[in-house]
Amino acid sequence: MKALRFGRAAAVISVAALALTACGSDNATGEPAPGNGSAAPSEMGAAVSGTLTGIGASSQNSAMEAWRAGFQSLNPDAMVQYSPDGSGAGRKAFLSGGAQFAGSDAYLSEEELTSAMEVCGPDGAIDIPAYISPIAIAFNVGDISGLNLDAPTIAQIFKGEITTWNDPAIADQNEGVDLPDTPITVVHRSDESGTTENFTEYLAAAAPEDWTDEASGTWPTAYQSENAKGTSGVVQTVTTTDGAITYADASAVGSLGKALVKVGEEYTELSPEAAARAVDVATPVADRSENDLALDLQRDTTESGAYPVVLISYHVYCTTYDNQETVDLVKAFGSYVVSEDGQAEAEASAGSAPLSETLREQAQAAIDSIEVAS
Amino acid sequence: MAVDQSIQRRQSQLTRGKLPSYAVWVVLAASVVLGAALSALIGFSVVGWAIISAVVFVLAATLVTAMAEGGRKATDRLVTYLVYGAFILALLPLVSVLWTVLERGLPGLSHNFFFTSMNGVTGAVDNRVVEEGTPVLGGAYHAIIGTLQITFWATLISVPIGLLTAVYLVEYGQGRSLTKAITFFVDVMTGIPSIVAGLFAAALFGLLLGPGTRMGFVAAVALSVLMIPVVVRSTEEMLKIVPNELREASYALGVRKWRTITRVVIPTAISGIASGVTLSIARVIGETAPILVTAGFATSINWGVFSGWMSSLPTYIYYQILTPTSPTSPDPSTQRAWAAALLLIVMVMILNLVARFIAGLFAPKTSR
Amino acid sequence: MSTNSLKASTDRGRAGDKIFSGVSLAAGVLIPVTLFSVAMFLVVQAPPVFPADPETVTGGKGFAAYIFPIVVGTIIAAAIALLIATPVGILVALFISHYAPRRLARIFGYVVDLLAAIPSVIYGAWGYLVLAPQLSGIYTWLAENLGWIPLFEGPASQTGKTILTAGIVLAVMVIPIITSLSREIFLQTPNLHEEAALAMGATRWEMVRMAVLPFARPGIVSATMLGLGRALGETMAVALVLSPGVLSPSLIRSGNQTIAAEIALNFPEAFGPRLSELIAAGLVLFVITLIVNMIARIIISRHKEFSGAN
Repeated sequence: MKALRFGRAAAVISVAALALTACGSDNATGEPAPGNGSAAPSEMGAAVSGTLTGIGASSQNSAMEAWRAGFQSLNPDAMVQYSPDGSGAGRKAFLSGGAQFAGSDAYLSEEELTSAMEVCGPDGAIDIPAYISPIAIAFNVGDISGLNLDAPTIAQIFKGEITTWNDPAIADQNEGVDLPDTPITVVHRSDESGTTENFTEYLAAAAPEDWTDEASGTWPTAYQSENAKGTSGVVQTVTTTDGAITYADASAVGSLGKALVKVGEEYTELSPEAAARAVDVATPVADRSENDLALDLQRDTTESGAYPVVLISYHVYCTTYDNQETVDLVKAFGSYVVSEDGQAEAEASAGSAPLSETLREQAQAAIDSIEVAS
Repeated sequence: MAVDQSIQRRQSQLTRGKLPSYAVWVVLAASVVLGAALSALIGFSVVGWAIISAVVFVLAATLVTAMAEGGRKATDRLVTYLVYGAFILALLPLVSVLWTVLERGLPGLSHNFFFTSMNGVTGAVDNRVVEEGTPVLGGAYHAIIGTLQITFWATLISVPIGLLTAVYLVEYGQGRSLTKAITFFVDVMTGIPSIVAGLFAAALFGLLLGPGTRMGFVAAVALSVLMIPVVVRSTEEMLKIVPNELREASYALGVRKWRTITRVVIPTAISGIASGVTLSIARVIGETAPILVTAGFATSINWGVFSGWMSSLPTYIYYQILTPTSPTSPDPSTQRAWAAALLLIVMVMILNLVARFIAGLFAPKTSR
Repeated sequence: MSTNSLKASTDRGRAGDKIFSGVSLAAGVLIPVTLFSVAMFLVVQAPPVFPADPETVTGGKGFAAYIFPIVVGTIIAAAIALLIATPVGILVALFISHYAPRRLARIFGYVVDLLAAIPSVIYGAWGYLVLAPQLSGIYTWLAENLGWIPLFEGPASQTGKTILTAGIVLAVMVIPIITSLSREIFLQTPNLHEEAALAMGATRWEMVRMAVLPFARPGIVSATMLGLGRALGETMAVALVLSPGVLSPSLIRSGNQTIAAEIALNFPEAFGPRLSELIAAGLVLFVITLIVNMIARIIISRHKEFSGAN
């Protein structure tokens, strides 16, 4: 009797398992399978095939999912896989030949460029800007949705020198806003991240007198405060803590209040256009090959309408690959990412700021230069 | 004292020196009232009330027992309450965790979730879900397959090695210095941080098969490193408590040592071994860090454990929580993550049932 | 050959014996080999950090200054976890094996086994979504009323994401491990011993103390060691729950950090010297586990091990 009951349970389980294993589908969106004629042919002409492997920054993961989906619907035989292990891990894997491209929140250093020659040939690797995301300075203070803040004030808040929301330094810039006397709880990222690096770089450049630390991917230990892992972690913590402030990718902050950052004489609201504007006025990094589009952002820019707290995430490609198939695949994917369609897909999915027309053209030219190793 | 005596006078010879059964309830009621009063003094809260009442009750009941029945009985009663109390205390967070997972996971268990992968699901799709209220698309099918495959291979590697090691330690190596060394190393191995195990496996296969080798099997090896010590440790303990009389009886009948081990010793301990193996599977099936660096990150179905990237439920949960598919509207991702967590627990539950069933088939009848 | 079938069968048996003992020996030897390779992997990857210029190490004061606070943090978190989990775990195991009604006991045992399976990410998420907000009120109360004890020095964390919370989450994760193993061992206590004790008029507790616990002591230590291993090496849950910071004696302020969480938080973005720094931190954790285990071994060897196989 008992054995029978067990037998029946086992039968139910195995039938369930069988059903589970038999009916799975990769067609999650319920849209017609790619290649049915509904999809337009690739811009590069003939559709490419093969598997392209990338490892890198988790910041661009959401955009990457959009690019992969879009690219694969254009090229049904091609497969792009991307593991969001982190920028450092991505560059390491790329430089050791473990990935064909890397996603990175920072461009390759001189040292890394040199070591890239080992896997990529004498011309080394190139950085292509792919994903631009403004970093919001987000806070949870009553129902205040926007505050004017200049760089020194932001630096002092994040250093813990300004401790309440109704501090004169804040109030002076925000006349007419009813500021509570809630203590400020600073929340920063506990993990090393490109977001932290870009934010501290902004503080160090725009408020050099107040923020004396160098830009770094980890938060300076001297200013330790509350913190959380990942963008979703800091946003969650700020959402549930009254009086908290943090910095996070603009797309993720939802309904939190956002700071208007002082640039020149005016306060600039965060927007994709303002972010793209800041990228446009960035200067190319010196002493690089013409196809390397690494950019140094002008964090202390006075350019009107530019929002300088921006994260640029790059795709790092080799200048040469071993065989034609890989070259075709890399070019097709790279072109798709920087194309208008690709950037629009990323904007719809990840809330990123699209690359400007000029930058897209430069990026396309750089990708076109990729060739088979001779 | 007068009350005590009057109670005693009415009791028969047999129950003398024993508290009547209602005494406990009287003490309990008194403690609850006292607890309410005390907690009202320091600011009333239900939690404070419960804690104070419990403490008062345990103390009072012990004291009353000590006066009426003597010290030994009082100690016994105190320990009984402590055991029950510990159980309730342990149950609270555990129930809370289960409740959290159930509450947040159940809504996500849809047909889509079980039978589709995340292939092609982008942030735009999730945005539509939130804005237009369409059903959540995309599921964990690929991750389920990945978890089953990786765990299966990890078990296939770990259980034989772990079991045989334990057999060597208990049956062959008694008193040898190698045994002591192995036991010690097993202990050390339990402390390997999971991420280090993952990096080790990644580096090992990087050396063997070229840099950047990522596949399900590498993850299985990484998990084995974490799993083997758990299997060895639990199996060793179970083998040790098999009474020597059984072995001697078997030898006396002329049965070879290896037959004795496989036919007498292991079947006697099989229930505990199965429990240990289940525990070890449970320990690794939820591991995130080693899989992140060994199996890659896939959004589509991959059946081959020896080729291509693979996803697993823990990494699926991890990425859905930490890098939501759509950063602007993370709710669908969060829902998928909790559903996956619930599914993972259910999978282990089924595994556990199967392990117990198998163990039950082999185990000799005992009184328990 | 076929004239003496008895002899043939014993020969076959002898071969079986040899094979079986050989295979188990091989399996046993594989453990130190694996461990050695893991250690080698760490040693090969770590060294650039040791002679490095102190300036280049995170914190700017050399590796020792970098690693010391997180070593202490790791030990604090594991100690809190074990202080809570060991007694509770053993008592729960006793409850299931000797106190609970027989039929319920099976179900409870089953539930506890399940809890070992919840992925650490989920414990972490539970810790910071459910537990930490609950505890932050208690921490504020502790800071106000017991603030003079350095352990409870204020100001208390507003989010509740402290080392004490992390320790409690670790304890919750460790309890099922300790309980599950201890329970199996308690259940294997020879019935005759128990019945003899009860027949002598022992109370239930005296029976447990005199018959069950001595029998199970080495097993309990093993279970605790397994739990400790988990507590020391646990990565994801701590990374999610703890709001890390500089070393501080207060358990209710945000601060402190564990090695495993430090590695997990920084590894993805680590490159070059920072990477070998983190791997060196992993090596340190490895050494700590080694030392802790040595101490435990010494403690166990003082009591003669009880084994049916002796």
